[in-house]
Amino acid sequence: MQVETDHVFKALAHPTRRAIFEGLTRDGEQTVHALTRRAGISQPAVSKHLVILKRAKLVRHRHEGRETHYSARPQALAPLVDWMTLYGAFWRDKFDRLENLLERMDP
Amino acid sequence: MNDSSESRTVVVEREMPHSQEKIWRALTEGKLIEEWLMSNDFQPVVGHRFTFRAAPAPGWNGVIESEVLVVEPPVRLAYSWGTLGVGSVVTWTLTPTAGGTHLRMEQSGFGPDQEANYKGAKYGWNKFIGNLERVVGGMD
Repeated sequence: MQVETDHVFKALAHPTRRAIFEGLTRDGEQTVHALTRRAGISQPAVSKHLVILKRAKLVRHRHEGRETHYSARPQALAPLVDWMTLYGAFWRDKFDRLENLLERMDP
Repeated sequence: MNDSSESRTVVVEREMPHSQEKIWRALTEGKLIEEWLMSNDFQPVVGHRFTFRAAPAPGWNGVIESEVLVVEPPVRLAYSWGTLGVGSVVTWTLTPTAGGTHLRMEQSGFGPDQEANYKGAKYGWNKFIGNLERVVGGMD
C-alpha cells in the first residue's frame, strides 16, 4: 500500500500528468493521439507520462485496432484521500462538532 | 506522529469542561454520534460490526466499515476504521482532570500489506483482515 501511495503522489506531482488525468476524468476515454494533441508535447513524452500514471493505477488502457485508448480510474486516488483523512483537519473538525454537541447536552 | 511507513498515527487531544460520563454518551450513543461524526449503526458491544456513512465523493462511496474492539466505560473506546482499502484503528481515551475531561483520539493506520505485524495480537486482527480484504475486493 505504501508503494502504491508513493506511485500516486509521484504521478500527480507533475503538471502535465495532472492535466492528462484531469482531462480523462472530465472528458472520458481518449486515444494517445488525442492526448498528444492536447498536451502539446511529443507522443513519446506523453507515453512516458502515461506509463507513470498507469503504474499508479490512475489510468487504464485498452487496444482497439492500431489505437490505444486511455481512461481515468479516479478510485486510485484512494491513498490520497486516506492521507488527507489521517493528517488533515478531519478529526479537529470533528472535535469542534463534538464540543458543540456537549454544550447543548444536559450535564 | 510516527513517520515510519509501517505504522502511521495521528493524535488529536483536547481538554473539555465536561464529565467523562457525558462525553462517553456522546461517543457511544448512535444518535449523538451522528450529530458530530457521521450516521452510523454503532452499538457499544465488543465485536459489533457497523458502518459509518458520509456523503459519497468521486472515487469514494462514503462508507467506513467498523468493528467495536474495546468498550471500557467511561475510559476507553476503540473501533476499527476501514475505508478505501485502508484499515486503521480509532481509540478514544477519557481521563478525568480538575476542570473536566482530557479527551484523546488516536488513529493508527496501516496498509493491507502490513497488518499482519501491526498490533496483530492485541486486537485479534484475523477477523478484521477478512473484512478489509472484502472491502478492498469490492473497490474495483
